[in-house]
Amino acid sequence: MSPSSSDTEQAQAAWDELAAIVGPEHVRPATSADAVDGVSAGRVVEPGTEAALARVLASANRAGLAVVPRGGGTKLEWGHPPRRADLVLSTTRLDRVLEHAWADLTATVEAGSSVARFQAALAEHGQRLALDPLWPERATIGGILATGDDGPLVARFGSLRDLIIGVTLALPDGTLAKSGGKVVKNVAGYDLPKLATGSFGTLAVITQAVFRLHPLPHETRTLTFAAPAVEPLCELALAVQRSQLAFVALQLRTTGSGPSGLDVGFEGTGAGLDAQERVVLRLAAGVTRADPPPLVWRAREELWRGEEPAVTAKFGVLPAELAEFCALVREVAAAPPSLGWSLVAQAPGVGHVRLEAQTGDSLVAALARLRTGVERRGGTLVLLRCPPDVKARLDVWGSPGDSLPLMRCVKAQLDPAGLLNPGRFVGRI
Amino acid sequence: MHSEIFDQFRAIVGTGGLITQPEQLHTYECDGLTNFRVLPAAVVLPATTEQVQAIVRICHRERIPFVARGSGTGLSGGALPIENGIVISLTRMNRILEIDIANARVVVEPGVLNLDVTHAVSGEGYFYAPDPSSQQVCSIGGNVAENAGGAHCLKYGFTTTHVLGLEVVLPDGSLVHFGGKTLDRPGYDLCGVFVGSEGTLGIATKVILRVVRRPEAVQTLLAAFDSTNQAGAAVSGIIAAGVMPAAIEMMDNLAIQAAQAAVHANYPDCGGLLLVELDGPAIEVAALMAQVREICASSGAWEIRVAQSEEERAAVWKGRKAAFAAMGRISPNYIVQDGVIPRTALPEVMTEIERLSAQAGLRVANVFHAGDGNLHPLVLYDRRIEGQEGRAERLSFSILELCVKAGGSITGEHGVGEEKKAFMSVMFAEPDLDTMQRVRCAFDPERLSNPTKVFPRPRLCAERPGPYQPHPLETAGVAQFF
Repeated sequence: MSPSSSDTEQAQAAWDELAAIVGPEHVRPATSADAVDGVSAGRVVEPGTEAALARVLASANRAGLAVVPRGGGTKLEWGHPPRRADLVLSTTRLDRVLEHAWADLTATVEAGSSVARFQAALAEHGQRLALDPLWPERATIGGILATGDDGPLVARFGSLRDLIIGVTLALPDGTLAKSGGKVVKNVAGYDLPKLATGSFGTLAVITQAVFRLHPLPHETRTLTFAAPAVEPLCELALAVQRSQLAFVALQLRTTGSGPSGLDVGFEGTGAGLDAQERVVLRLAAGVTRADPPPLVWRAREELWRGEEPAVTAKFGVLPAELAEFCALVREVAAAPPSLGWSLVAQAPGVGHVRLEAQTGDSLVAALARLRTGVERRGGTLVLLRCPPDVKARLDVWGSPGDSLPLMRCVKAQLDPAGLLNPGRFVGRI
Repeated sequence: MHSEIFDQFRAIVGTGGLITQPEQLHTYECDGLTNFRVLPAAVVLPATTEQVQAIVRICHRERIPFVARGSGTGLSGGALPIENGIVISLTRMNRILEIDIANARVVVEPGVLNLDVTHAVSGEGYFYAPDPSSQQVCSIGGNVAENAGGAHCLKYGFTTTHVLGLEVVLPDGSLVHFGGKTLDRPGYDLCGVFVGSEGTLGIATKVILRVVRRPEAVQTLLAAFDSTNQAGAAVSGIIAAGVMPAAIEMMDNLAIQAAQAAVHANYPDCGGLLLVELDGPAIEVAALMAQVREICASSGAWEIRVAQSEEERAAVWKGRKAAFAAMGRISPNYIVQDGVIPRTALPEVMTEIERLSAQAGLRVANVFHAGDGNLHPLVLYDRRIEGQEGRAERLSFSILELCVKAGGSITGEHGVGEEKKAFMSVMFAEPDLDTMQRVRCAFDPERLSNPTKVFPRPRLCAERPGPYQPHPLETAGVAQFF
């Protein structure tokens, strides 16, 4: 449904119903700023409670309106463009930290809270959600969960799927369902927090989440090494992984023009950090130590800045094959017309790569080669930021594997009308 | 079941792979929870994925319910057979298929034993972290079904943290792959949904595991307190100090007595015993252990020992790991429960358990994974005394209700299975359970894979997805779902 066709009586009735649920002041016509990856939206609805959000979904479902859930809007361009975006469902008003059971190391938070705001609340009791996603000031809890965006600390604390212990989901038919719980250890029922994590808002809207927390570290230390070529740094990274060092983060930075860097992050007591530093320096004999760049652990955010047209993609490879992956990127980028590139592997085997080119054609060709090379070795390459003409010619997700029919069945069970973020996910789910 | 179906199974697995004689079937009539027993129509023992597929295809065609079974050590009746159904035993699929130390991955068949994964990589300095007490005999397939935990999951996470990929035979016999050796694969996290689904979504035939580098140093502290409340206060102190131990275990006096009688664990005779294990870089462990020692002392510990060597550690753990089996030394029968509470609720919950125990006239021994609030109350009784078994069951269920009331869960690692399915309604509302069952319908629309477990009321998959509609009898107050 486009805004112009919303003049029909039936559509007007649907909008009236939504206004009655959330209050007329919380429904507004969408502007160009609300477009979802180039697809213009109809209206923006901002419910103030979880119950209202569920009612909005049920009402939209009855009226056949396609719904795009939105948190901070920092990653709306990820995935395929939606087939339609009749209604942008904003979680901005659902932003409370509902409970911080600090003595139990758990917290419950609404989906619309920004990551930074949540962290600030947890820090009051010396705790944190041990992950470091992109743009934490603006990214929301619901947004990082839906997109599965965590960060370098996965090396020690596990990814989002390991830290979420409970979730409340609003289904398209208005059902509010809880899964998991408020205790870290719990195997009662299916693990729907994991199903929701990384599902791109195509199954349900996350309204609140419960997390296990970790204490803020006593002290932290980052050791950085630099080299003109990436290979010795990849070797050092492997040596660190094979060692008994208790690193919390391990990040490789490299680019088509300029030196490469390896960052090893530690947390602990002063004595423990000194001891571990000595071990790293021994492993790094022959590699130059450097000062960590400012905001070193946010290095991958740089991959979203710079010349256009460009593509920023997420890759997953085997940790021991990172050097091969870097070589593949270099080789693909060097083929005429050569491309600019940079890469940040924020954790062993996982990272982001940026390719810059003069034309969409050369980006498509390079990405196709890169993906073939990665998938041949069992890895994945998912395009995140991507010019529309490139997106139109490549599947942003890559090969979905043999479980796609089952994924479609899961989608059909939870969103039978296919109105939640239609077309954005793997296999155009 | 018709004999021609048996012939078809025999054609797949050979004569030696099919059990139909009642005296042999009795071996499979229950799992580790022995008070539920059902004789299956047959037990089929496939040796390959293709055989599993062929068996499941027959089940699908003939609408025969099936239950996958590993070592049968589960404690919630998850592998309890279904009448007129078959058991698919995966014990013959016990090969370690790949060891990839460079990437810390091991690929195994489901019948491989938990501890054998660690044995396969220990020479390289790695281990497989989930360590249920039955790790010498339980299988990885069973661990996947139950999302098995163990003492060390406080720091290292559960089975689900360590399973990166699965090959699964779906209930229609088709073969699918979830996850993989690399991380963050696009698509729904079906691997995450499958782990812990208690055999209700299909049969895992291959499992990609992550193994972990052995830490440089491990130290285990044993501290004796007058009461579990004092020991609990020490746990709170440790957490508040920002220390993240690899494991924190607690035992009460009755559990200590049993462990002493069974394995001469050499534990101090006290009201509350705490085991705290720290691991990591040696200097870090030494610094933090000094802190833990101080916290224990200031919380009232009157004896503190730190095991330094591997032998000393093994001795300290021996009593704890043997705790369940040791109950046989002090009681003819016992029921073990698996509730979880927010750790801070421990004092109130312990007081209430004592009250319930006195009320029922039955003793309750307590063994906890104290760091994550996972209680294993052991209700002791004598089956020969009339009425005791029933009272023991009711007491153990009251303890579960108590856990839910305290904001916890009915199961931390043993699973819901047959035993606790009625309690799912205590913990979850109908829309919650209905949403889970919708996911089940996506995997198993005909409800053939372990169909009677986990949920109190099966959802018919042909039901139109939608919010839960109570039956008119429910609204009228005439009937109630359990």
